[in-house]
Amino acid sequence: MAILKCDDVTMSYEGVNVFEHLSFSLNKGDYLCILGENGSGKSTLMKGLLGLLKPTGGKIEYSDGLHQKEIGYLPQQSAIQRDFPASVYEVVLSGTLNSRGMKPFFGKNEKKLAEKNLERLSISHLKKKCYRELSGGQQQRVLLARALCATKTLLLLDEPVTGLDPVVSAEFYELISDLNKNDNITVIMVSHDVRESVKNASHILHIENKTCYYGTVNEYLLSSVSNQFIGSNI
Amino acid sequence: MNYSISEILSYTFMQRALIVGIPVALCSALLGVSLILKRYSMIGDGLSHVGFGALALAAALNLAPLKVAIPVVIAAAFLLLRISENSKINGDGAIAIVSSSALAVGIVVTSITGGLNTDLYSYLFGSILALSHEDVILSLVLCAVVLLLYIFFYSKIFSVTFDENFSLATGTNAKAYNMVISLLTALTVVLGMQIMGTLLISSLIIFPGLTAMRVFKSFKSVVISAAVQSVFCVAVGLFVSFYAETATGATVVCINLFCFIMFSIIGFLRTVGFSKSK
Repeated sequence: MAILKCDDVTMSYEGVNVFEHLSFSLNKGDYLCILGENGSGKSTLMKGLLGLLKPTGGKIEYSDGLHQKEIGYLPQQSAIQRDFPASVYEVVLSGTLNSRGMKPFFGKNEKKLAEKNLERLSISHLKKKCYRELSGGQQQRVLLARALCATKTLLLLDEPVTGLDPVVSAEFYELISDLNKNDNITVIMVSHDVRESVKNASHILHIENKTCYYGTVNEYLLSSVSNQFIGSNI
Repeated sequence: MNYSISEILSYTFMQRALIVGIPVALCSALLGVSLILKRYSMIGDGLSHVGFGALALAAALNLAPLKVAIPVVIAAAFLLLRISENSKINGDGAIAIVSSSALAVGIVVTSITGGLNTDLYSYLFGSILALSHEDVILSLVLCAVVLLLYIFFYSKIFSVTFDENFSLATGTNAKAYNMVISLLTALTVVLGMQIMGTLLISSLIIFPGLTAMRVFKSFKSVVISAAVQSVFCVAVGLFVSFYAETATGATVVCINLFCFIMFSIIGFLRTVGFSKSK
């Protein structure tokens, strides 16, 4: 059953349509990579999925018990975070806010969830460390742990390996695949990296010149869209 | 020169200065940490200048100063927040325009209506003699409100400050929290202006947080350290300015500067020691 459905969605940025008539649906356990050139509207779509921007046409719907608030989001790092004084535990714990409701303080459940996700990503030993003093790869793991605190079903990742070296990137991709396969978490990832996307994902959404291509990885590889794109990228 | 502390505390103006100064120091430090991290430090500065303009206008029209200043500064706080959030306008430049215009309007109004009187002079440079009974009550109420809101929403404030998009995406109304923070900042600035003066109040917001960040590395420890140190600096500053007969606001800023330098040295020694032990 579909947990996410985009129905004839058109989105615009500063009054200009970035893409038009996008329709696709995502089932539980799918791994979707969103590809496209810079400025093709990948980030705009991401904002639409998160409910930060309203589509100018069509509908984005979550179903099967998934609420928009319950998406685990891993944003691109902002400049502010690079000198923010915060411990790893504080950052990860803040991911549980959406399940806490109006209670003013973190309870046992939230703390347990944070501990569990620290362990799951093997960063328990960094718990008391200062976030800004970690390496890029460690910081991404911390943000991923925070995202996992916010969701049980759907992870949204916005170019998660930007700025990481190849070894750390590969580890990170493996981690995401693992979460997708073993914990049955649905993944949506905005990416630049066509090869890794084709290797890991089950579906590809390609946005270019306002039009969108959507299909499984195999369909995508046989399509003309991929030939042009991969051809120009390798 | 040989006053004992109990003698100093028997003066009404010193009592009032402490009762207003300590809550204001506490509030400005708490709010300051978020403002600095969100790159909104200049908002405090802008607000105080707007506050001065409002006070000058109130004096010219013979109205109660705080009753004019508070609504005007709150309106300005929302305006400045909007400007800072809107990336199309150059935020820094816009704030500078608003604050210098407000200051200029204030000065023009006063020069038309008969030059700077003592009240306005004390708002520019700060004076603990100008505090009224009303100010004392207002600052105690403000302090209670800020403290309660801060403790109650502490974890949300952390989340909104650290990553606005993430908290928006997970259902926290980040815009509302930004509004609350700027509303409370506006009130703090208006009250603090009377002791610290228009030109120096922003230091009360910026210094404690920045000083704490030299040494402390988790959000909680930064917030607590900033609050403690801000209260300490204001209290010590008030006593020092009494003994040394110096301007109160400027003395408080100098003590803040001293703390900042000390914390910077400690922070520097720590990183050096850290890399050696590595």
